[in-house]
Amino acid sequence: MKSGLPPFQVLLERHSEDVWRTLRAMVGTQAAEDCFQETFLAALRAYPRLRADSAPRAWLLTIAHNKAIDHIRRSARERSSEGVESAGEDPAAPDDAVWSAVAALAPRQRAAVALRYIGDLSHREIAAAIGCSEEASRRSLHDGLETLRGLL
Amino acid sequence: MNDPITRVLRAPAPQARAAARRFADRAAAEHSADLAYTTVASPLGELLLVASARGLAQMHYLDDALEAALQTIAAKRSPRIVESPAALDPWRRELDEYFSGARRRFEAALDWESMTAFQRAVLRATVAIPYGETSTYSGVASAAGSAHAQRAAGNALGANPLAIIIPCHRVLRLGGAFGGYTGGLDRKHYLLELEAGLSPP
Repeated sequence: MKSGLPPFQVLLERHSEDVWRTLRAMVGTQAAEDCFQETFLAALRAYPRLRADSAPRAWLLTIAHNKAIDHIRRSARERSSEGVESAGEDPAAPDDAVWSAVAALAPRQRAAVALRYIGDLSHREIAAAIGCSEEASRRSLHDGLETLRGLL
Repeated sequence: MNDPITRVLRAPAPQARAAARRFADRAAAEHSADLAYTTVASPLGELLLVASARGLAQMHYLDDALEAALQTIAAKRSPRIVESPAALDPWRRELDEYFSGARRRFEAALDWESMTAFQRAVLRATVAIPYGETSTYSGVASAAGSAHAQRAAGNALGANPLAIIIPCHRVLRLGGAFGGYTGGLDRKHYLLELEAGLSPP
């Protein structure tokens, strides 16, 4: 019964595309759907506790980041036991080279690049989302970009 | 970072819209959302339907902007509200049948929770007025157990959260004068004619 928060549907409509894009960059198109559903379900559950003056976009992208990291860890475990699964990008997409390069980044670099260039988050928000210092998130972003440029 | 990298990262994601719809439908069906809503076209204009896990919680004539109506519901009841036409199907079906003259009673579950005890008593007495008949403010007040509380009964009817379904349009002033109606008297007139078996204006 909290006043001031917009209807959840508004967040869903306003931010679903950026959440999807961020997840696509972090886990690939295939896994993005599951992570997307998990992200919004977790957000919906926690929503009444969100402060009305906080930025819902950074909050949602932080949750999306966490779900993506969970997925990456899970599939790394599965890969080491079963030896399967590609990074998950759509092999038919014309922008293959970029997606392969992004998929080749270390997860933290991938997260920094996605949150910065898809999410437009500040360095402070990125650091909070990833759970590291601002300095470390700047370094991840920088290293990620260097690696991408090198790969392309 | 100008270049192809940003362009690719930010490429449109048309799948997001369908994924959002799937999310909302599931959140409504599993009640991880407290409320689900949809809008429905009717002979009396667009209606906003809102359901909780208990049943239909609100139905209003949508004469103002949807955004404002939803904002009010979010503040008063819960911000955990999503759009899910499927979740409102049972009531939408009954409404269609009602407007076509094929239904005289609404049967799908209603949510009485947000009402005060007095309002609930008045509105339950209102539901008991048969299709095609009318009562008066004092009639409803006595049926609710407070014969002298006509004015309070009028207020309770004016705040009816379930227009049409709780038939406050069947309540008239003593002597047959029309009384008021939150949705406007034209609509009250339309509903009474429909229920009298006359072709509505």
